[in-house]
This record gives sequence, C-alpha cells and structure tokens, in this order.
Amino acid sequence: MTILATSTAPAETVERPAAEERPSRRRQTVLLVALTLAISAVMLLPLVWMLLTSVKPEADIVTFPPRLFPRHVTLQNYIDVWHRIPFARLYLNTIVFAGTVTILSLILDSMSAYALARLHFRGRGVVLALVLVMLMLPFQVTLIPLYDLLNSLGWTDTLHGLIVPRATNAFGIFFLRQFFLSLPQDLEEAARMDGAGEFRIYRQIMLPLAVPALLTLGLFHFMYNWNDLLWPLIINQDQAHQTLPSGLALFMGQHVVEYGVLMAASVMSLVPVVLFFLLIQRRFVEGVATTGIK
Amino acid sequence: MSTGIPVARPRYRGGVAKRRQARAAWLFLAPSLVILGVFIVYPMTQALYLSFTDYDVLNPATWTGLANYRELLGDEAFRNALVNTLYYAAVATPVSVALALGCALLLNRRFPLRGLGRTAVFLPVVVGLAIVAIAWGFLLDPDIGLLSYWLGKIGLTANSGWVRDPTLAMPAVIIVGVWKNIGFYMVIYLAGLQSIPRDLYEAAEVDGASPWQRFRNVTWPLLANQTMLVTILCAIATLQAFDQIFVMTHGGPFFRTETLVMLIYRQGFSEFRFGYAAAISWALVLLILVLSIFQFAYFRKRAVRY
Repeated sequence: MTILATSTAPAETVERPAAEERPSRRRQTVLLVALTLAISAVMLLPLVWMLLTSVKPEADIVTFPPRLFPRHVTLQNYIDVWHRIPFARLYLNTIVFAGTVTILSLILDSMSAYALARLHFRGRGVVLALVLVMLMLPFQVTLIPLYDLLNSLGWTDTLHGLIVPRATNAFGIFFLRQFFLSLPQDLEEAARMDGAGEFRIYRQIMLPLAVPALLTLGLFHFMYNWNDLLWPLIINQDQAHQTLPSGLALFMGQHVVEYGVLMAASVMSLVPVVLFFLLIQRRFVEGVATTGIK
Repeated sequence: MSTGIPVARPRYRGGVAKRRQARAAWLFLAPSLVILGVFIVYPMTQALYLSFTDYDVLNPATWTGLANYRELLGDEAFRNALVNTLYYAAVATPVSVALALGCALLLNRRFPLRGLGRTAVFLPVVVGLAIVAIAWGFLLDPDIGLLSYWLGKIGLTANSGWVRDPTLAMPAVIIVGVWKNIGFYMVIYLAGLQSIPRDLYEAAEVDGASPWQRFRNVTWPLLANQTMLVTILCAIATLQAFDQIFVMTHGGPFFRTETLVMLIYRQGFSEFRFGYAAAISWALVLLILVLSIFQFAYFRKRAVRY
C-alpha cells in the first residue's frame, strides 16, 4: 500500500501542453502505465489469489514457500464444496434474500419517492424529514430490538424475517425522489388533464422514465444485501437459513480451515455481483459519481 | 410546504383534485411507512427503552435507570472498543481520502490501460467484504500466506502472523477496509475532477504555475466539496467497521481489534446483555452524529464556489 501512497503524490495533475518535447512525454506515459499496473496488481491480488487457490490441489495450498500459481490445475475444490458445506442451500438463500429484497424495495421505494417528489399533500415535509433522519442513523442501533421483535414474532431463522424489514429503505426513497424531482412536469400534467389516475401516471409514465435510476439503485440494493454479513448473522443463527457471507464466515470459524474449498466457495459467491456489475458498470459508476456532484 | 396546486392546473378542479392527490400520496406511501414504522422507528424507540433496562431475552426487561450508561463510563472493554474504533477511523479516513485522490488524479489522465486501472481499483467495491476477508486472512497467514511470505522477504516479519500479532492486527484489518472502499471514493473524486473548467489550468499555465502549484491552487480548492463528502462518508463508514474484523480476527488478539460494533455484537449475542448492548449502540449513534455535525460545520466554512 505504501507504493500507492508515495508514488501517486499529486505532483502532476494536469496534462502537459503539447509544446513539450516528445521523449519526456513518452517517458511520462511509460511511468503512468507502470504505476497503473502496480496499483492494479495490488488491488487485484486478493481476488487473483482467491481464484488461483481455488484451482490448486491441497498439496499446492499448504506448500512452503507459498506460490501464487498452481503447479497443477484441478477443479476438485469446486466439486467438494457442495458436500463439505451446505453450499447449495446457502446459495439459494442468498439468491432469494437479495433478489426478493431488491425487487420489493425497488417497487416500494419508487412508490414512496413518486409521492414525495411529485404529489402535493399535507405532511409531505414531515415524511421527508423522517426519511432523512433514518438515512443518517446507523442501522446497528436497531439491531438488538429488531432481533427481539423478530424473535417474538417467530421470524428469526426464517427467510421472510430477513426480507420483510428490508423491503423498503430510506436511501432508496431519497435516491429515487431526487431522480423524480429532475423530471419535467409536462407529461404527468397532460396525463392528469386527460383524467389518468395517479397510479396510472406512476406506472405508465414515471416508472419507464426511471429505468436507468432503478437499475442503478437495483444494483446498490442487490450488492448490499448479497454481501451483507451482520444482518443474516444475527437474525438467522441456524445454518439452514444463513446466506453466503455469514455461512462462509461461520464455517471458517468452526472448522479447520480448508482454504481450497473456501476459496472455491468464495469465487462462486462473488460471480453474481461481479457479473451484475460488469453488465451495468457504466451506469453504476455514474450513479456513484453523481452522489459527489451535489 | 404543500401549499400550491401548480399554476397549470385549471382552477375549478382545484379542491377535488387536491384532495384526490393527497389520498393517492398516502396510498403510495402506506406500505413503506408501515415497514419503516414497524422495523425501524419502533425498534429505535425500543433501543432507547432497552438501554435503561437489564434484559437477556429470556426474562422480562427490568428498569435499571442509568445503570447501563454509568457502567459504560467505567467499563474497560467499552473504553478499549472506543479507542480502537477511533484509531481505526483516524487512520483509515485520511489514508482512504489520500489514496482515492491519488488514484483519481492518476486515472483522470489519458494513457493506455487507464480503463484497467479504474476497473481494478473499483472492483473491490462490489465484492463482499466478509468473503474477500477470508482470502485476505489466507494471504496474511503466517505459515502458508503469500503476502506474509513476501513481506517477510523484505524484512517485514510478524512473529505470530499479522492477524495474530497484537500490534499488527489492527493495521491488517485497516488495510483490508481501505482496500475495499477507495474505489468508491475515487469515482466521486473523478467526477469532481471532470467538473473543473479546463481554462483555469490554462490560465495557471500562462502564469507559469508549477504542477504542484496548479494542484495546490486550482485542483485541491475546487475539490473541496468532494473532499467534504468523501471524508464524511468514509469516517461514518469506518466508525461502523465490522465485517473483515469478524472474519479475520474476531476482535482479537486480546481485544486489540474489537470495535464498537464488534462489542455490541459480543455483548448482545454472545453474552445476551441486550440492555447494555443497546446503551453501547447509542454511544455509536452519538459519535457518528457529533462527527457528522463537526465535519459539516468545518467544511461549510471552507467550501469554495466557482
């Protein structure tokens, strides 16, 4: 990490004017490329290590000195993982949990956001203030009473216990409200004149326009829940209802560490988010960037 | 706040339309309000109530007044967790901001492989911290870990291994936390850099400003808003550090990496002291709130408009 700290010192922030002579410019490009390669290597090392370890036989994993590349490539770990841990179960739970939360939350968030951004009613300011307060409070403060509440409902160690409290969220409502505010009024005014109900305006005019924002928010929601550790760790303590992060973390804590199997499991559990990300990368990065422009 | 019907609306429909719109609005909001009310607002009030009680889930809560808060003040474990959390935040925040800015400055320039660099820095943002922390723990394993072997070769040896060494465990989990998030902050900085008007640099160039002067007098002040946002987001996130600590050290060795959230988890879910854990969580809220207000006030004075 020190490489990053020292060598990216902001000495050169602006591109040099064209007037400068060529050799120095080429030297600079070489330097930039080398620096970028070094940074990329550091950033990707854990992921590359994970991937390469997952295809190593046991002998290559416990060898000293440790080697980055496998001597033999094997897929044995990818076969073993299914019966060494209840991996299929964890995987299915995670898909159901993250998938359902994402869909429900996009629906409920966008309904609330529409009301807060486009409809006039008494009490709107109060609701908005409430959403902002919830946005600022760390969720850990509700963890204990929430567990207590779900426990008394008999909802601990169930998937709906994980899903329902997450079915809407202050961040999503706020994010979409900001988006809806930026849309022009004309369309819905025209529809309203024609006698369209509010639900039709929301469903047929606003939602289609909001698709880019919904995709970005959908990735945020999906990623956040797919990767979340603390929430499933606490609400579901039996293994049959864990998700991948909590299931693998607990497996690591309880057993003699079988890194080959664990790395194979890790690789497979990263695949959906990484794929999802690569599919809508541009949009996602723009989504992050716009949080900084305001 | 909701005084007006937009002027475009014909007057005669005003009253009815207004009432109909208000009813629609509440219908739209109803499902969210019910969920937020039941699963956030109500637990929030419960968290306050429980913090004044002694409660272990099995027996009904008994009111103990300020006893939990009084215990906090003298509790060695709480003080330790508070110090660890502040240490984590105080190191990770400036390091993250500096690295994110450094990466953004580098990757804002035009050269081959820039795309690779951006993706590599950003990729850790999307992967699960709990999951990659397993790989990090393995990299730092004292016997078969590649990174601890490489570091040993350049003289950075940890006798009992990074995550088991009392002085090195915290730096290890901080490095993982920083690694995970700088891509997110870098993107915010990149957006900021791209919004700086080019002619400012040209003017600085004409005036004979050195690269450092251009950074100091143009780039840095014009990124003040981004720096504010990144610092606040990062500080708040680091105060809630949990995932990689749970996986890599579980708060050890000797509680050296036990942060406030780890302590809440331990008090709540392995010692079943729900009342006390709730009191600790309010300390966390207070910390986050104070820091946000402090930082906001500080940066507000310095924010530059152009």
